[in-house]
Amino acid sequence: MKILVIETSCDETAAAVVEIKAEKFKAVSNIVSSQIKIHAKYGGVVPEVAARLHVEKIIPIIDLALNEAKVKLNDIKAIAVVSGPGLVPSLRVGVETAKTLSYAWDKPLIAVNHIEGHIAANLFNNDKVELPAVCLVVSGGHTSLILVKEWGNYKLIGQTRDDAAGESFDKVAKIMGLGYPGGPIISKLAENGKPAQFDLPRPMINSKDFDFSFSGLKTAVLYLYKSRKDWSDKSKADLAREFEKAVVEVLVKKSFNAVEKYKPKSFLLAGGVAANKRLRNELIKAGENVKGLKIHIPAFDFTTDNAAMIGAAAYFHYKNKNFSDKFNLIADPAWSLI
Amino acid sequence: MKEFYKTNSEEETQRIAADFVKTLKGGEVILLSGELGAGKTTFVQGIAKALGIKQITSPTFVLMQIYKTKHKKVKQLCHMDLYRIECSREFEPSGLDEYLYMDDTVCFIEWGEKIKDILRDYIQIKMKIAGPKKRTIDIEKHT
Repeated sequence: MKILVIETSCDETAAAVVEIKAEKFKAVSNIVSSQIKIHAKYGGVVPEVAARLHVEKIIPIIDLALNEAKVKLNDIKAIAVVSGPGLVPSLRVGVETAKTLSYAWDKPLIAVNHIEGHIAANLFNNDKVELPAVCLVVSGGHTSLILVKEWGNYKLIGQTRDDAAGESFDKVAKIMGLGYPGGPIISKLAENGKPAQFDLPRPMINSKDFDFSFSGLKTAVLYLYKSRKDWSDKSKADLAREFEKAVVEVLVKKSFNAVEKYKPKSFLLAGGVAANKRLRNELIKAGENVKGLKIHIPAFDFTTDNAAMIGAAAYFHYKNKNFSDKFNLIADPAWSLI
Repeated sequence: MKEFYKTNSEEETQRIAADFVKTLKGGEVILLSGELGAGKTTFVQGIAKALGIKQITSPTFVLMQIYKTKHKKVKQLCHMDLYRIECSREFEPSGLDEYLYMDDTVCFIEWGEKIKDILRDYIQIKMKIAGPKKRTIDIEKHT
């Protein structure tokens, strides 16, 4: 079966066609607006100032997703859309478009939580995901540990009490005058850094719960950075390395504390920070010591916001006939998965 | 209106925020400025608490978080962070401008200086680091 997916929860206007055959997931097309130049017939490249104008991009993007998938309307079994969490004006564009198409084409409508989509991104890997699983969701807006009992049945194990991990990367990049987005910039810089040149705290690393805190780490970087004037490219790289190491250590430690307690069959990584190489490597390394645990890490293309991952989550709602009202679905900016 | 405070702890900063809530009628736009670590988040946490909101999450990534309050006049708290936006020309098409000056809503905007050109009247709150725990808070009304 095939599902058409629309995702506009934040910056990206995205659409995809996802095919599910015998519980195997494939993104037949997966279009993300920032990665393509919209064809001239739609009025050329969208100007920077209108970067968030989902309204102008949504129809061309859906059109592209359908064309690239070479799919007939009859083959589409449902329309899925992210209705939260996210930014209200952005979400609304996707939700209203999905409602309209679902009515016009007479297809069931499925509302998907953006975070559930990130978790489901792991379904596009070749390895089957055995449940229960512990999932670390880590992005610019979220840092949480979630127990996936079955698809659609989740338990919150822990979460950040202040900044998200991805956000701390952005803020530290800003303190060091490195630009936005901070994650990839700091990771790149950290590659050239020498270890153990600085000593930053690992907030809450020994706490018994599964919560996180990254605000204090950011402040520690701020005071350290302000305490001296002679920053060279080399010492900046050393600091970036120590900062990245601090974040990754806390994330990995808490993740495996949760694994120890809940004894899942799988561990899943999800969200934009899943693109961080050090995090990926350290999680795989830590997982080697746990018997019977399989670590799943999404492919790079499925770590940042995209529509295909939403389609994977939507499939389970389709199976359970968990459909939304074509006329009354509304965007919920604060929709909490659990 | 111009007020100036010195605080020695996060709790004190939140108390000043709670006092500030008493002056709100709804429809206010408040620009919050100050470098990282100056206590902007602490201040908004104090505002949220005083309005009966349990927990707030950072708006940096999604640009805006909106909360329902337990306050009589101020029904919604809108917390924006425009760090990722360049200027008002980018702000208006984002749809965020709908939330400015709504009767039952107060908007706290970080990095709000970028959109000053489209604001009618606003309250500017400037926070500064004066020591490891010490902060100064400057509140000024612009009409």
